[in-house]
Formats: sequence, C-alpha cells, structure tokens
Amino acid sequence: MERVLLTRDLTIRFGGQVAVDRVSCAFQPGTLTAIVGPNGAGKTTYFNLISGQLRPSGGEVFLGGARLTHMSAPARARRGLGRAFQLTNLFPDLSVLENVRLAVQAQAGTGLDFLSMAASHADLRDRAWAQLERVALTARAATPASVLSHGDQRKLEVAILMALEPDVFMFDEPTAGMSVDEMPVVLDLIERLKASGDKIILLVEHKMDVVRRLADRVIVLHNGALVADGEPAEVVASAIVREAYLGVSA
Amino acid sequence: MKPLSGDRPGHPAATALILLLLAALVALPFVLPGARAMGTGGRIAIFVVLAASYDILLGYTGIVSFAHTVFFAIGAYAVAIPLARGWGGWESILLGTLAGAVCAATLSAAIALLSLRVRAIFFSMVTLAAASLAQLLASQMRDVTGGEDGITFALPPALTPAFRLLAEPLFGTRVDGRMLTYYLILAVALILFLAMLRIVNSPFGRVLQAIRENAFRAEALGYRVVTYRALASGLAGGFAALAGSLFALQLRYVGPDSVLSFDIMVDILLMVVIGGMGTLFGPALGAALIVMCHTYLQLALQSMPQTVRDLPLIGPLVGPLLAPDRWLLWLGVLFVAIVYAFPAGIVGTLRQRRRA
Ligand SMILES: Nc1ncnc2c1ncn2[C@@H]1O[C@H](COP(=O)(O)OP(=O)(O)O)[C@@H](O)[C@H]1O
Ligand SMILES: [Mg+2]
Repeated sequence: MERVLLTRDLTIRFGGQVAVDRVSCAFQPGTLTAIVGPNGAGKTTYFNLISGQLRPSGGEVFLGGARLTHMSAPARARRGLGRAFQLTNLFPDLSVLENVRLAVQAQAGTGLDFLSMAASHADLRDRAWAQLERVALTARAATPASVLSHGDQRKLEVAILMALEPDVFMFDEPTAGMSVDEMPVVLDLIERLKASGDKIILLVEHKMDVVRRLADRVIVLHNGALVADGEPAEVVASAIVREAYLGVSA
Repeated sequence: MKPLSGDRPGHPAATALILLLLAALVALPFVLPGARAMGTGGRIAIFVVLAASYDILLGYTGIVSFAHTVFFAIGAYAVAIPLARGWGGWESILLGTLAGAVCAATLSAAIALLSLRVRAIFFSMVTLAAASLAQLLASQMRDVTGGEDGITFALPPALTPAFRLLAEPLFGTRVDGRMLTYYLILAVALILFLAMLRIVNSPFGRVLQAIRENAFRAEALGYRVVTYRALASGLAGGFAALAGSLFALQLRYVGPDSVLSFDIMVDILLMVVIGGMGTLFGPALGAALIVMCHTYLQLALQSMPQTVRDLPLIGPLVGPLLAPDRWLLWLGVLFVAIVYAFPAGIVGTLRQRRRA
C-alpha cells in the first residue's frame, strides 16, 4: 500500500481563535507540496499537528493507513514523520556533528544502548558526516551549534532532518533569513530529495520563485483554512493567492 | 581510562588534579597512617561516586532532584539492617548491597516516571517531599531503622581493625582490617566511577545530553524523553545506593543524620556545581574538595596561632571570624570565590578555556 499522509478535518483552537480550521488533505509519495499563506495563516501549526507537537481539537492524521492522531511526537517520528523547524531548534551546546549524529542514532534506534561507547559506532558518525557534507558544514563539525551563523544553523536544521531518513519530510521555511548565496545548497538538496521519487515532501515557503521551481502542487492556507489546492502555476496566479500575499511578496 | 570510556578530563590541569586525587587516595594509608586520614579518604571515594551519580541527573539530563540522599540511605540501610541482625557477614553485605541498589533504582525510576510526565519543576517538588518522607520514616520506624539513634553493627572479622593480614608492617604501616576496608571501598568506588563514565559516553548518555540541551527537539527526533529521564533517574538512584552501601561499611553505623540529612543533599549539589556539571570528573574533584573542607577547615581554624588573635587592632576584629565554629562561613567564602573564578565549575570552565 502507498504510504499516503492524510489529514481529515484537522482543527485546533487556541482559546477563541481557530488556528487550523478543518483541513482535509492527502499527500502522495513522490510529490513535493508547497504550503503557502500569509504569516499567521496556520502553516506551522498545521505542521505541529501532523508531527505531534500539538494535539488537535478535532480531526485525524493518518500515515499509510495508521492513525497517528493520538500518538506522541516521538512515536510519530519513529513512524517516519521528519520535521525541520521554522525557528531554529538545535542542541546548542553540542557540536554540529553531534547534533546530526543524534538524529542518525535516533534513526538507527540505538539510543537505549548504555553499554557501548557512542564514539565506537563509526558507521553512525560517518553517516552524520555525510549529511554535513551535503550541506557544506564539515568545516564547522566540531563547533557548538549555538555559535553558528543563522544561515549555517538553518543548514544544520536541514541536515538533522535528512539524517532522520523519514518517509515524510516537513520543511518549515528552510531558507528564511538565509543570504542569497547560502540558499542553493538547501534548495538543491530538496530538489535531489524530490528526485529520489518516493518521499512525501511538505515545504512551507514564501518565495514564489522557489515554489515555482520545486513544487508539484501548492496548497494555500488562509486563517487556518485550506483555500486553494492545485498546480503551482495556476495557484500562484489565482486571485486568492494574490489577495493573501498582497503586500508580502508575489 | 581511554579504552574504557574515551572520556578524559579535557584539560591538563584537570587531568593532573584527577591523577593527583587518585594517587593520594591509593597511597593514603601509607603516607598518613591512622584512622582519621583513612576515614577522610574513604569518605572522599564514596562521595565521588555519590556526586558523580547526581551529575548523571543534574549535569547530563538536566533535572533537579532533592531526593538523592534517599537512595544513598536505602543502600546504607540495606547493608546495615541485615548486619545488625547478625544474618551472616559477607552474604549480608553482598545481598544487601544488591537489594539496596535494585530497590533504589526502581523507586527512583518510578518517582521520575510518575512525576516527570507533568513538568520538571513538579519532579523537583516530588523529590523534596520524598526526602522529607524518608527522613520521617527512618526516624519513626524504630524497629527496622533504629530511629534517630540509627544502627550500629559489626563487620565480618576481616574488615575489623583487630584483623591482621600481614604479621609484619608493610612500609612501616600495619596492614589490618581497617586498611582492607579502605581499599575495598576505594576499589569499588573506582569501578563504579568508571562504569558511570562509560554510561555517560554511551549512545544512551548522548541522548541524555540531548534532552538536557533541548528536550523538545529530542522528542522530534523520536527519543521518548520520559523513558530516558526515568532510566537516568533509575541509574543515578542505583549508583547512589551503592555509594550508600560503601558508606555503611566505612562508618559501621547508619543513622538518619549520617545518610539522610539535608546537609548532605546540599553538599552533593555543591560538589557537582563547584566541580562542573555534566563532566563527571568535575564532581569527583568537587567531592574531594568539599569533604576535605569539612574535615580540615575546622582543624585549620583551631590551629590558627594565638598570636593572630592577640594582634592589636586586627586581633579583636579578625578573632571572632577565625573562631573554629566559623568554618562554615569560610566554606561559603571559598565557594563564592570558586564559582566566581570558575563559572562553569572547575572542570567545566577549564574545558571551555581549552576550547576557546
Ligand atoms: N501555542 C499557541 N498558542 C496560542 N496561539 C498560537 C499557538 N501557536 C500558534 N498560535 C496562533 O496560531 C496562528 C497561526 O500561527 P502559525 O501556525 O505560526 O502561522 P504561520 O506559520 O502560518 O505563520 C497565529 O495567530 C498564532 O498566533
Ligand atoms: Mg510559520
């Protein structure tokens, strides 16, 4: 069976405010879906509901037919939901390499091993190193994550997600705040990931040129509700997106 | 140490201090013969284990417990109770030690599992309550614990001062049961410390550090944070109990004041913070420092020459400050000075300087 990610009437309320409003959507393997919408539209919150950082007020989340709605975030991560965060979310005092190695170790499922030495698992370390190579961060491998520049922290965030080798990749504005010459590393990486053909990729992105380049499909959130869904060209051109982005970017 | 855990103190000065501590403890009975010095040495070895086990919680996992003395006490009573009832010698020690460690680990993990689900601060409060409850139980359950008076007991003959292993003194020192006890404690403490060093450098130990750094992110990677925290608590509790069993052997007495008092909890915290949280070597140095301060600061003030007190002008001013019962004041001054000079603890700050 295809591992489809599905949200059905997914809803969350914060007090009186409905931040995600009955969003029903299916995401197919091999498809990169861009999620657009103005700030505060509920994109990050939608991600949090899918990857389990928040519990919904209503609705369901399924992956490959399994109901995830009531599973914890770590349980969902182990089932193949991988998440990179919009606000950089690293292990600040640990080295860049260790940040990624922890993700590789989580993927390998060896976290409960307290008898061997972490340093003796050269295979995990090598896999972490390979991910750092992909985002051009090997020169900073021994540096604590907290002292990296903003752009490098964003890259590390992406490297951690890649290291998890999930079935579902969720990128939340991966290039936000990056300089123009830093962006290609991340965008090329996502493009190659897409070319591998069998992953579900969700990308929250404001830059319309990036959306046009990478996305197979675009959905638009507005005030928490899904208001448009279709081919990038037609959605980006549609009136509703122009309205939603009026004054933001187009 | 490298083949065992790959971990090193991380700075030449820290390495030197650790090696000095180890050498001093090993040579102690021959350099400073006598019960007093061996008492201090044994206490250092035991508190190295106790402080290191607390560091697994505070320094590596980032959770604050006030119940560490409870597990220390469980280990101590688990050895003392059977010995006091004369249920065999070595078997009592061995089985009591094992049973104490298992009980303490289970209890510690259970407290963590039940309370850490809520919030880290709730855990701290539960441990505070557990510590008070344990004090109450130890002083009320007179039939089992001997109440406030505690339990005095005899060790197997080979561990008593009257026992002579060698007929002739070695390097001018009698090799008696007291020395055997000391080396038994030292050897076990060393093994326990190395075991903890190995654990914090294992894949599991790395997850603990990740949880300390960012529990939210650790969960997003798929690590069940509650499980890891509970296991860390269990391990820390188990090691604390083993230290407690050693302490029972050393004192040949266990009572609420000697293993459960809140002063000990404060000492453990000081040892870890002064030495450097999350370094394991640091708390070892911190333990040596605090135990020595406890023993020798008072002595040093007592032996302050009378001439200082008799000095004109300065004498009346300084005299009261140098009274032997003011040693706690000086410990406080020393503590503030160390924290000022080493904000991340001794080993923590040395490592930072090395990196910078
Ligand atoms: N934990 C929370 N508590 C209260 N309100 C929240 C919380 N998370 C998000 N919101 C609100 O939900 C709305 C959607 O936010 P968000 O999902 O971050 O938007 P986006 O990522 O599209 O910019 C915002 O109005 C935000 O203030
Ligand atoms: Mg957002």
